[in-house]
Amino acid sequence: MSVKTIDEINEKISEGKAVVVTAEEMIDIVEENGPKKAAQMVDVVTTGTFSPMCSSGAFINFGHSSPPIRMTRVWLNDVMAYAGIAAVDAYIGATELSESQGMAYGGAHVIEDFIAGKDIRLRAESYGTDCYPRKSITTTINKDNVNQAFMFNPRNCYQNYAAATNSTDRTIYTYMGTLLPNFGNVTYCTSGQLSPLLNDPEYRTIGIGTRVFIGGTQGYVAFQGTQHDPGQERMPNGTPVGPAGTLALIGDMKKMSTRFVRAAVYEKYGTTLFVGVGIPIPVLDEDMAVKTAVSDKDIYTKIVDKSGKTSFSQTVTYQELRSGFVTINNKKVPTAPLSSMVKAREIALLLKTRIQKGEFLLTRPAELLPREANRLNKLDIRGV
Amino acid sequence: MKKEKVSLTFPPSKVTFPLMTLLVRNFGLEVNILHADIHLNKTGKLIVELSGEEENIDNALQFIKEQDIAYHLFNGMLTWQENECVHCGACTSVCPSRALSITAPDFYLRFNKEECLVCGLCIKACPLKLLHLAHRENGA
Repeated sequence: MSVKTIDEINEKISEGKAVVVTAEEMIDIVEENGPKKAAQMVDVVTTGTFSPMCSSGAFINFGHSSPPIRMTRVWLNDVMAYAGIAAVDAYIGATELSESQGMAYGGAHVIEDFIAGKDIRLRAESYGTDCYPRKSITTTINKDNVNQAFMFNPRNCYQNYAAATNSTDRTIYTYMGTLLPNFGNVTYCTSGQLSPLLNDPEYRTIGIGTRVFIGGTQGYVAFQGTQHDPGQERMPNGTPVGPAGTLALIGDMKKMSTRFVRAAVYEKYGTTLFVGVGIPIPVLDEDMAVKTAVSDKDIYTKIVDKSGKTSFSQTVTYQELRSGFVTINNKKVPTAPLSSMVKAREIALLLKTRIQKGEFLLTRPAELLPREANRLNKLDIRGV
Repeated sequence: MKKEKVSLTFPPSKVTFPLMTLLVRNFGLEVNILHADIHLNKTGKLIVELSGEEENIDNALQFIKEQDIAYHLFNGMLTWQENECVHCGACTSVCPSRALSITAPDFYLRFNKEECLVCGLCIKACPLKLLHLAHRENGA
């Protein structure tokens, strides 16, 4: 039974009367008061994550030159951006590598430099048309002289993720970091009890159109993210035991801050982008109080062999991973996070403050995310 | 009294050679094993801290060299741009001495210079490239 509606919560926020807590604070509140009372006490729970999210990038409209050009190939600081759209629009992806610096610099760095207000070298080519006669251009752009620049990330906020280890006798270099030989370490990558989709595991409140904190500003859930996989195996508390739901997010890159968006390089893998995201969850009823009180001891994931050489799989809780060690084959193996708890907490606290001040209102989703779907398709080698 | 951190690489034929015992007995050194990765018939790695008279350490290193065991002195120091750090923890995943650690309850990255082997693994593992090798100042 509903205790309150989103409209009622927004009214309280506007009046400065809403009770807002972080997802970590909610754990103790529900423990001490029980979910029924907690649902009456608390209006909003804030979440946060600051993780490398490869499926991120940005659309930029550069404005028209004179004479104009229909850009067919575009480079930003020697990193290729996709230009197969209208004349002066391009999409710069986080993992695209520099043609001159290789893995040391990529699309993620272009995005960070752009947000930092730096000049970015733009080079573009074209075949020339009657309406767009110019065939090449070299200039600089920055966030003050382009038109729109919005981050559009096809897949962010993975709802849980498999932890990684390496069974082979050599070091391997992966998007889950450097994995030492013979099960030498384990890396994991979520903010666990603070993670947005782990606090709304059945997507009751987070959906298309939900206003979110992204990169320091307000953005929105644009759609279900790519590889959204709600059919993942789940625990009785609703949380998945591995990668499940995802979000496609959109936000104004001109208003973002490098405090919450950082370029990253994983050795011998490539570049990616740390994106800071926070999502407020309305505590509509007792069920949402229970869901937002989830803690690391109740969230499970699987440790998998990233070398792909074995089918090794071991289920662990985030509490075990966060302790610094797990036991694999009777051996104590050190664990390391790749997702920043420090930043996740900073985001959840900042979002809490913004809601308390009435600067951030909640939204009712225009449409809910799919909760049931076929499992993910594979790319088979099909006849052509 | 001098202290020296040394990385030793044993060829497969030498992994059973009792080097540590000989360093203690013949050169009067104190040996602290910081990291060991030794397997029969495979190239072995050992990181040790040797303490003793400077002359004895020099003689011991000469002896090590004569046994066809390669050594490397860690004579640099690691610097960390703490202000830029996002405390993700990637560097801690490769740190053999746990000089770099990230633990509950605050999960801030901590760097204990005393424990650092200056092995350099973290330099490449840091996604933001905030760890660097600097040369140690004289007397440090």
